[in-house]
Amino acid sequence: MIYSLLVLSSPISGQCSRSAADFAQCAIARGHSIHRVFFLDAGTMASSVNGVFPQDESDPVRPWVRLAEQHGVDLVICISSALKHGMLDQVEANRHERPGPTINSIFTISGLGQLVDACAHSDRLITFGG
Amino acid sequence: MAQAGKKTVLIVLRHSPYGSSLAKASLDVALATAAFEQSVDLLFLGDGVLQLLPEQDSHSLGIKNFGRQLASLPLYDINCAYVDAEAAARYNLDLTKAPVETRVLDPKKMHQLMVGYDHLLGF
Repeated sequence: MIYSLLVLSSPISGQCSRSAADFAQCAIARGHSIHRVFFLDAGTMASSVNGVFPQDESDPVRPWVRLAEQHGVDLVICISSALKHGMLDQVEANRHERPGPTINSIFTISGLGQLVDACAHSDRLITFGG
Repeated sequence: MAQAGKKTVLIVLRHSPYGSSLAKASLDVALATAAFEQSVDLLFLGDGVLQLLPEQDSHSLGIKNFGRQLASLPLYDINCAYVDAEAAARYNLDLTKAPVETRVLDPKKMHQLMVGYDHLLGF
């Protein structure tokens, strides 16, 4: 089955973001595919490279990086939410005259059309958080 | 397996209009889905029915008027929104003055509605 995921909550508030990444790993391990993970609203903060975490807590970006590196999963953050949350790639940082990028380059910034496309190309769309 | 193309989508809006940014995010998704010519309907559930309050004025909050954005739904061919009847009654909501035309559903009808779509997007 083809799945897409929609992540709405911040990775530092509750387990939703982590659960979504774990779900994706399990689904792939069982032979399903993940068409795309779309991050909206506070969910976009999963892409941040600026968070600093205590040694006994795991970095919430790492499960997403692992997912993209191991399985090539498409990770897309919503541009309007991303900008509001200060999540910028180099292009957006230049465009808005900010000091530099703030997201891990494994994430792509794009529009809501990518969520609509994910709906159209997936058997199931699973929402995490909200 | 998924056939790429037109899917029917029900967007379930559970958040009050100004309590978090999720109400705005869910409406943006609804408008984008409609703009890409997918079949989309809205269901206002629980606290989400407060998005339908008449005469909203968000000026002092410094954010966009949500009711005014809802009123633009017919421009996207979304002409009717479904509403949780129990929640509307709980908040004593006058839906005749809602920013968009509505149809109230009891829990059984809401369930029947939900099972009829390819995708449910819950916010």
